[in-house]
Parts: sequence; C-alpha cells; structure tokens
Amino acid sequence: MMAQLIKNGSLTVDTWNSLEIAEGESPETLSLPEGDLLFPLAVWLARKNEIIARYPRIGLLLQPADRVEDVAADLHYFQVIAVNFPKFVDGRGYSTAALLRQRYQFAGELRAVGDVLHDQLFFMRRVGFDAYALKDGKSVEAALASGFATFSQPYQGATDQPLPAFRRNA
Amino acid sequence: MYQYNALDRQLINERVAQFRDQVRRWKAGELSDEEFRPLRLQNGLYIQRHAPMFRIAVPYGMLNAEQLRKMAHLARTYDRGYGHFTTRHNLQLNWPKIEDVPEMLAELATVDLHAIQTSGNCLRNITTDQFAGVAADEIIDPRPLAEIMRQWTTFHPEFAFLPRKFKIAISGTEEDRAVTWFHDIGLHLKQVDGQVGFTVIVGGGLGRTPIRGQIIRDFLPWQDILSYCEAVLRVYNRYGRRDNAYKARIKILVQALGIEAFREQVEAEWAHGKNGPMTITQAEYDRVAAHFAAPAYETLSAAELPQEKAFLRWVDRNTHAHKVPGYAAVTLSLKKHGIAPGDITAEQMEIVADLADRYSFGELRISHEQNIILADVKQADLYAVWQKASAAGLATPNIGLLTGMICCPGGDFCDLANAKSIPIATAIQARFDDLDYLFDIGEIDLNISGCMNACGHHHVGHIGVLGVDKNDAEFYQVTLGGRQGYEAKLGKVIGPSFSAEEMPDVVEKIIKVYLANRHEDERFIDTFDRIGLDPFKNLVYEGRAHGKAKSAAQENA
Repeated sequence: MMAQLIKNGSLTVDTWNSLEIAEGESPETLSLPEGDLLFPLAVWLARKNEIIARYPRIGLLLQPADRVEDVAADLHYFQVIAVNFPKFVDGRGYSTAALLRQRYQFAGELRAVGDVLHDQLFFMRRVGFDAYALKDGKSVEAALASGFATFSQPYQGATDQPLPAFRRNA
Repeated sequence: MYQYNALDRQLINERVAQFRDQVRRWKAGELSDEEFRPLRLQNGLYIQRHAPMFRIAVPYGMLNAEQLRKMAHLARTYDRGYGHFTTRHNLQLNWPKIEDVPEMLAELATVDLHAIQTSGNCLRNITTDQFAGVAADEIIDPRPLAEIMRQWTTFHPEFAFLPRKFKIAISGTEEDRAVTWFHDIGLHLKQVDGQVGFTVIVGGGLGRTPIRGQIIRDFLPWQDILSYCEAVLRVYNRYGRRDNAYKARIKILVQALGIEAFREQVEAEWAHGKNGPMTITQAEYDRVAAHFAAPAYETLSAAELPQEKAFLRWVDRNTHAHKVPGYAAVTLSLKKHGIAPGDITAEQMEIVADLADRYSFGELRISHEQNIILADVKQADLYAVWQKASAAGLATPNIGLLTGMICCPGGDFCDLANAKSIPIATAIQARFDDLDYLFDIGEIDLNISGCMNACGHHHVGHIGVLGVDKNDAEFYQVTLGGRQGYEAKLGKVIGPSFSAEEMPDVVEKIIKVYLANRHEDERFIDTFDRIGLDPFKNLVYEGRAHGKAKSAAQENA
C-alpha cells in the first residue's frame, strides 16, 4: 500500500506504484506491469528503451547510494523522481534532491518516500522536495499544520531559497 | 561580541517552540524513542548514566556576563547547582529533567543562548582560540568568520543527517590554540600578498582512530569558505561510510580515497558552488566584524605589580599577553585541586559574571582547556581580580602546569566511558599539590579521557591518559609526546596499562625521568623529543614484568 502523499500543501490521491525487484528476479528479466510505475535505477538503466516505448508516464525510484550523475541525461523522461529514505537518519537523499534541483534542474515532481517523518519535512522542502509520502501511521494533518513552517526564514541558501539571509536582507 | 538581530532571535525562539512540540509528541507517543533520539541530540539532550545530560552551546567560546548568570540560574533551578565546561566550549548540566528542557531552552533564548546542534550527527559548534581578538600573536581575528560560519551551519537543510558528527575549528594565529589539525575541518587564517584567506585542513580527528588532518587547500580566499565547506560536506554526506559508526567520520573517507582523490572530488563539486550566492560579501563581513570591534580600551602603560609571591605566581601562569599595552587576558582556573576539571558552581558563575562586568567589558570566553577567560583586564586591576578569584576558588595558578589538566567527565557521568577519569585527575592533583614543585616541573599538558572517544584529548597531551576496560575492570593506558599547536602530533603509547591506584606513581616516575634529564629551562616536551620514549618506559616499568616476560611468568605460575 502506498503511503499517504502530501503534495502542493494537501493530501492527494497517488497513482504511482513502486516497482519492486523480488528475490530471484533481475532488472533484465522481471516483468513490467501496467500503470504508473516508479522504476528502480537498475531497471531503468537496463531497460530504458523498452520503458520509454511502453509507458506514457515514467517515474524513477532512487536509493540513498544511487548516483544522480548516472541519470543526469535522462531526467526529461521522468514525471516523478522518488528518493527513498530507508532510515530517516540516512541523510544522503537530501544531497540527491539538492543535486537534482540545483545542478540538473529537474523540474518534475520530487518525492520523498520511505521513513519520512514530520520533523524532517522542513529540511526536505528546503532541498527541493515537493511531495512527501509520510511513513504509515503518521498524522498528515499534523504534518500539514506545522511540519513545513518550522522556521520562518533560514540563514543559508538552499534549493527553495538560493540566497542566504545576508544577501536577501542586504 | 556578536549581538543577535531580529532574525537570529526569531530563529532560536522558533527552535524552542519546535522542541517543546517534539517533547510533547514524544510524551504522547506520537514520536517513538528512536525517532525522538536524533531530535533531542540536535538540541543537546542526551540520556545519560544518572539522568539526562543537557549541553548548552557557547559559540566559538564567547559569552557575556548576563548569559553566564542565566547559566547559573539554570544550574540552580533545574540542576544541582553546578555545571561542567567541556573541551568544545559547551556547558553541560548533568541532572536536568527532560520535561524541563523546553523551559530551559526558553530561558536561554531570552539571553540569546541555545543548545542547537551541540550533539548529533550534524554540524557542531564551531570552536576557536580563547584569546581571539586580543592575543599579541594574532594574525587575523577569527571571530567574524566563525560567526558567519555559525549562521551557515545552523539548521543547514542538507547536512542535518550526516554519517557522523562534524566539527570545525578556526585559528587566527601561527601557534594555533584551537587544535585545528585534529578536526573534521581545521582552518588557519592567514594573509598572503595582502589577501586574507584560509589554509584548509581536512580529515583530522582524535577518538578511536586518531589522525592528523591533511591540507586540502593551501590558500582559500575568505569569501569562498562557505561554498567550499558546502562542497566538502556534500562529498562527505554522499560518500562517507554509514555502515559502521566507528568508520563514519570524514577522516576515514579521506584516508580511504587518499587526499589527492578527495581533493579532486571536492574541487569538482566546488566548481558548481564557487562564486555562487554563498560567496561571503564584504558588506556581510563588515556587518559581523563591527560586532567584534575593540572595546573602549584606555591608553595605558604597563602597570607595576605588587611583589607578592602568590600573586606573581598567578600572574606568571594565569595571565596571557594582550595586544593592547596595559592590559592582560586572565584565565580563571577551573582546575582547583579536588574539583572535577571544568566544573563550576552557580555561585562561581555569578562571581565570574561580576568580575567580567567590573573588569573586562562584561565579556568572557571559555577555553577548550575547560577554563574561563577574562580577555581585557587592566594590568592595574590584576591584583583585585586575583583576590576576588582566589576567594572564589578560581585562582589556582596552574594554567599550563601538570594539575591544570584537561579531563572528560568519564565513567562517573558519561554513558560511553569505559573508565572513570575524575578520580584519576583528583588523585594526581593530590599527589602534586606542592606549588613550588609544580612550578619547578613547568609547562606540561596532562590530558585524561575515560574512553577512546577522546573527549579529554588524551592523544595531544604531553602526557595522555586513556581509560580502558579489560575484563570489566578499569585500566589506564599512558601516551607521551602528544601536543597541540601548529606542530600538533599524537602521543605514543608507552606500554601495558595501569590500574587506577598506580596512576599517581606512574605520573610521578615520568616527571622524575624528565627532571633527571632536562637541560636548563627545557620544557617536558622538549626533553621528551630529545631523549625519546625509552628512558620513561624503563623507569615506569622497572621491576614490573610485562610483554614476553609476563606471559612466561604466567605460564610458569
């Protein structure tokens, strides 16, 4: 079951499913179901042409160790890029998001998935996420009420506000 | 010193509100212990041996009198009436209730203090030289850039969940009193052809795997320090190890790649951020630097000091040369014999605050040697300061001497410790309580850590003591020859470890070897460099079977 998705400041119905590589399957051989799919990086790299030909809408699922550089030239194919946080204390996904937005100008939906908690939302929004699949059991209402507005203005530049305070307020 | 503006104040007030809500949600079961853990750590709140431990930030060591009075108030109201200054310019309270911490943060915020990022796997409090801005040997005052960096590190969205903690130190002197070679990033301010910049050192650290940092850039213009550090942090955040906490510091990544390859990665990353919006503007530097302008010094000449032996001793050990004639920087010793090094009572904090108000423009600093500094005292006032500090137990003339040691809280307080450290410190202080003898021994750094995390910086002590656990018993390993400063290096282990009871004897034997071998006016560390480890080892282990001899004796037993 897909977790609850927050997008554009409200709860939305999510049509995307993550494609899992089950045990015994390989990216080259697994069967590709219908629908809106978030493809693991390995599947995308192995079967790019087939996916482009078959699917009108394409999503990508990145794990913490996946290198954005490997798909830098492909970004225009993706409606959605989901960045997985298997554990909320693994902060690699923040740099992944920052690179996608700041360096490679990815303009589609950038979604945080996995162990996504209320207290990380402010930081996630700052690096460039615009959709959040909260961890199951966590309150979407509470997140929407206070998760994004923790601090009214930051010191340093990031994706959402590239100018640091010393330039904004100069 | 830096005065908060509306933005600074708004941010720490919002932080108080955020943490209050986090504690509420944790109590209500909306946040699990595991989820709450990094949140409370990033607010300086540990769960410790006896009670929670709460760590208040003192950014780059600067405080004003009002802030210290607030700390005294917190220690008295929410704790047991005392606090502990650490090697990272923090004040630790050892017995607060978790439920009180939001209120404590709210009280701290009224005087522009906080506990932001004093723990956790994030960018930590930036440290510098306790004599910054007043030292006679200073090249550039590091404080404006330290403050600019403090703001950059605060709630940095990309680097709040790093593989491990990340520590930055800045030095503005050749001598380097900030242990910059042993930080994740160490920065040396310098001037080359009229331009100010940094030598950037990366990948140093003490702890389980002590490594001296390496120079990644010989000269980086000051304007680029934020964008360059962002590049270093991004490479580390992406490629630092996360599978093993002991191998997660940046030093391990730098060692694994080699400094050349690491430098290439950082430079490639920096190419994108260089000259971007994080480049520091002259206007911002000037705005912040104005806060650190010299106070209203009077035009004075050197003062005649009363010729009283005890006072002159204190002047000799506990004052430091000032760049302005007629002034001195005074170190108030938190190393009174019989007291845990770095501990200070609420009453003493208030006395120090009064001294700062009366004699030092209302400001003070914390040193990484766990002492308090009044940086701007008129030489003519030294006698009065000495009398008042003596009455408060803050004038032990042992700065830089054997009993002016650095010591972590150890097994008495800390959950990580393998062994107690405070009783070792007090036993050594008791053994060397004769001031004449102490003065005769001269300059020597004794650093004690209760575990290999090395909060007591034992690796860089001339004599280092490390608590180790062997079959559930506490033992102590001794290193010699470590040092801080520009020529900083790691000490060498002298041999098998000792029991707690043996430690005063061991230190006494080490001192004996030094006294027997020293040339006139030669410091301990210089004698050590000249004669090497063996003479020390021979006397300390004399008559004691160890190594092969000990194994043989055990087999024959």
